[in-house]
Amino acid sequence: MTATIEPEVGKSRRRKEDERLITGRTRWTDNIALPGMLHMAVLRSPFAHAKIVSIDTSAAKGAAGVVAVFTAKDLDPDSSIGMPCAWPITPDMKAPRRPVLAADQVNFAGEGVAVVVARTSAEAHDALEEIDVEYDELPVILDMEAAIADGAPLVHEDQGSNTSAVWKFDSGEAGTGGNVEEAISSAEVVVKRRFRQQRLVPAFMEPRACVVDPTGTQLTMWSATQVPHILRVMSALTLGIPEHKLRVIAPDVGGGFGGKIGVLPEEMMSLLVAQKLGKPVKWNESRSETMLAAHHGRDQIQDITITSTRDGRVTGLKVELLANLGAYNGLVGTGVPILGAFMFNAIYKIPAYHFACTNVYTTTTLTDAYRGAGRPEATFAIERIMDELAAELGMDPMELREKNWIKHEEFPFTTVAGLTYDSGNYEAATAKAKQLFDYDGLRAEQEKRRASGDKVQLGIGISTFTEMCGLAPSRVLGSLDYGAGGWEHAAIRMLPTGKVEVITGASAHGQGHETAWSQIVADQLGVAFEDVEIIHGDTQSSHKGMDTYGSRSLVVGGIAVVKAAEKVVAKAKPIAAHLLECAEDDLEFANGKFTVKGTDTSTGIADIALAVFAAHNLPDGVEPSLDSDATFDPENFSYPHGTHLCAAEVDTETGRIKLRSYVCVDDVGVAVNPLIVEGQVHGGLAQGIAQALFEGTEHDESGTLTTGTFADYLLPSAADLPSFTTDRTETPSTTNPLGAKGVGEAGTIASTPAVVNAVIDAVRHFGVNDIEMPLTPMRVWHAVQHGTTDAGGPGRGEAGGGLGSIDASGGAQ
Amino acid sequence: MRITVTVDGTKYTDEVEPRTLLVHHLREKLGKVGTVVGCDTSNCGACTVHLDGHSVKSCSVLAVQADGCEVTTIEGLARDGQLHPVQKAFHDNHALQCGFCTPGMIMQSIDLLADNPDPDEQAVREGLEGNLCRCTGYQNIVRAVRDAAQHMSPGAGPEAERITENKHVGVGGD
Repeated sequence: MTATIEPEVGKSRRRKEDERLITGRTRWTDNIALPGMLHMAVLRSPFAHAKIVSIDTSAAKGAAGVVAVFTAKDLDPDSSIGMPCAWPITPDMKAPRRPVLAADQVNFAGEGVAVVVARTSAEAHDALEEIDVEYDELPVILDMEAAIADGAPLVHEDQGSNTSAVWKFDSGEAGTGGNVEEAISSAEVVVKRRFRQQRLVPAFMEPRACVVDPTGTQLTMWSATQVPHILRVMSALTLGIPEHKLRVIAPDVGGGFGGKIGVLPEEMMSLLVAQKLGKPVKWNESRSETMLAAHHGRDQIQDITITSTRDGRVTGLKVELLANLGAYNGLVGTGVPILGAFMFNAIYKIPAYHFACTNVYTTTTLTDAYRGAGRPEATFAIERIMDELAAELGMDPMELREKNWIKHEEFPFTTVAGLTYDSGNYEAATAKAKQLFDYDGLRAEQEKRRASGDKVQLGIGISTFTEMCGLAPSRVLGSLDYGAGGWEHAAIRMLPTGKVEVITGASAHGQGHETAWSQIVADQLGVAFEDVEIIHGDTQSSHKGMDTYGSRSLVVGGIAVVKAAEKVVAKAKPIAAHLLECAEDDLEFANGKFTVKGTDTSTGIADIALAVFAAHNLPDGVEPSLDSDATFDPENFSYPHGTHLCAAEVDTETGRIKLRSYVCVDDVGVAVNPLIVEGQVHGGLAQGIAQALFEGTEHDESGTLTTGTFADYLLPSAADLPSFTTDRTETPSTTNPLGAKGVGEAGTIASTPAVVNAVIDAVRHFGVNDIEMPLTPMRVWHAVQHGTTDAGGPGRGEAGGGLGSIDASGGAQ
Repeated sequence: MRITVTVDGTKYTDEVEPRTLLVHHLREKLGKVGTVVGCDTSNCGACTVHLDGHSVKSCSVLAVQADGCEVTTIEGLARDGQLHPVQKAFHDNHALQCGFCTPGMIMQSIDLLADNPDPDEQAVREGLEGNLCRCTGYQNIVRAVRDAAQHMSPGAGPEAERITENKHVGVGGD
């Protein structure tokens, strides 16, 4: 009898990807060297907003090693090329053209003005200094509120306004809930806060790079991109290159976090320049260029109003956002706050909800997707305001959450934002987290420290969160005016020897797809993990796909793999029946074998693959192939959730914060590879904690980015972070056959409010109810000293965005 | 200028510009592309290699300064088809995701262990302070380094002894 094979799904397999990565045998884009390859460098504007009066490239053209110099007039003489935006969120959204190179005006510091192509990268960069550009400065627009005030100077004069679009959702109008204004006017308790989501840099470790080879029968472009498939179609649409004449390859990609989701002007420049010169061209950016010109994330002002009964039942939530787009519409940046719109209500039963977002142009670098994209911002706001409401009510913040969250038995649950959460068990995750954390013990210690006036105060931060993963059902994206679907493609090639090649459209950049997909296929086809090869990231071999972002790889791409495997089995079945001389109905498939029910007679998938290869003895009319193709379009998002608890010690004399412990219990449904899940959570936590404590861009008055290098922008090192205690509960998703939910963004989404809540909790008795992120020692110290709601201090305007007003008058009017 | 550098056991003599950084010499002239460049301010540590047995950020060393020296890169660590214990520990402990920082992390970790063969968690965290990772949150890197330390104790095998024989005063990464 066939022994039962231990399932691969659920095993902490060490990764297939590692071997090349730990031995340096990787293929980063910057490693690619082609015969005759030239190097491209981009001259960038030092001004945030200026008219270009003239550009003199004559000296640069004569510089050592220089092959060519291009300005906008050379590359795009008709001004016909505009960088794409895939998400027109409203019919009247402004769409200022973003040129590949600025021709007449620059709109952010770092915008490309000219390119030099030279024999070496060093020569190209040397020659940049020989280009003489005369600028006529225009007013710098950095502050979103000032930007949309009457009479404000305009980023794009021809657009007539710095408001790009206003997008609204109202539960009363949508029929998913009640009217917020009524909730506010009748509320027993109203709490309002203004939160700021500072601007962040995705800070993938591999800078962006691109190589274009025009010397073959088609154009080949290697790019350090998250989205080779999208890049290919967008390049074709943007430049008019016939799509079948363009091959895009994303080789090993050194991280993305949403930061490599764009279609880049530099990629378009490289394509244009390589075609003009007829030679391979490489562009790779310095870190300083990345900081300036790769897109940033977050950057919102959030005005949040929550209402409740005196006993803590939430009755309404109103969200008004200002979202900073930067100088232009990014590929999907316009829609990032809209993704958040569906998550402000989080895990809570909120009867009335109103959301409005104003997208604003400023003379800054573009913003676009950054790990979580809209959902971290939303989760931060709701988890912070729940703590503020708890403080107002004099209630334990955990008790307030428990009182309002969706109960396990209430799933599936349709929220006030109109999403249907398929499954969840907030009680189980929270119970486990509290036990690991020693919630009650720490609360007791907190009381003691407070009573004794200890200079080091202890705070406990809670974040009970959910997110929507698996972007996304195509019909939902359509209803949100997104320019593409959310399906994913997979194909399986059964080789004659029984080995398996799997093609996935979900192009990876460090997540471990090769390992997880191998585990899935091993189970589905009953083949060995080692016998599966995953092919991705090349539009020639992986010809269809929507790539990797929004925690979609497993719950969309992985399911496509399952579907493809099911087709292989279905194709193999009649052949197996023919070979075994039985009826198909008499066969059962398990562990890679078709067995005649009730007998020992069987044939394996490898035997069938060989029989198909020979094709000597197949049933009539059956094609000699087990290969399959599947495209999966999800019916719903998936909704991982979790409970994150943070204990922070705050030195009230110095403002220094020490994270004493961080415990999280995440429920990502079925974990295909728990080792990879844990790694994703760790990395996510680091990024979310970094938003709370360390990271943030700063501009000076002239619009110059003063945090333009890793020396100025504080990316946490190993010494800056604690070890985390992570655990899981497992509530399978009911909307996909793996029961998986996605994990890529969870840690980042959940941890920022957990940390900030902990710090506020530690110093709330000094009268502090908000501190602007990042919570630098200076800001914390200032807040403690002044006992105010406003952290003040560096980087903070007079208006004091943290000033919240509490109206507990027992109902307005 | 003409320089001679022994890289991963092979001697190379080349003409270099005086301004050429060691990392660019390794990558562009010698094809040693396993060592990568992550920043231009020597903050990230992705380009860490060993120069005469000490870890250095190869973006902070001129190629001419390496004249007559021995350089070990990530590509020279495995011997006779065997991974270095630190390489193996990174794999075993899932201490990498995108892997871009990994060569530098591994090279720095080896130097750290040469300096302190049995570091506690804090010592590992401080020893890796000059190397940035954006994917892992560092926890598994710390675990890997401590795991490697256990496998590199004297008597644990020739690879481990190779490391301990080269023990020197660490220079902390720069």
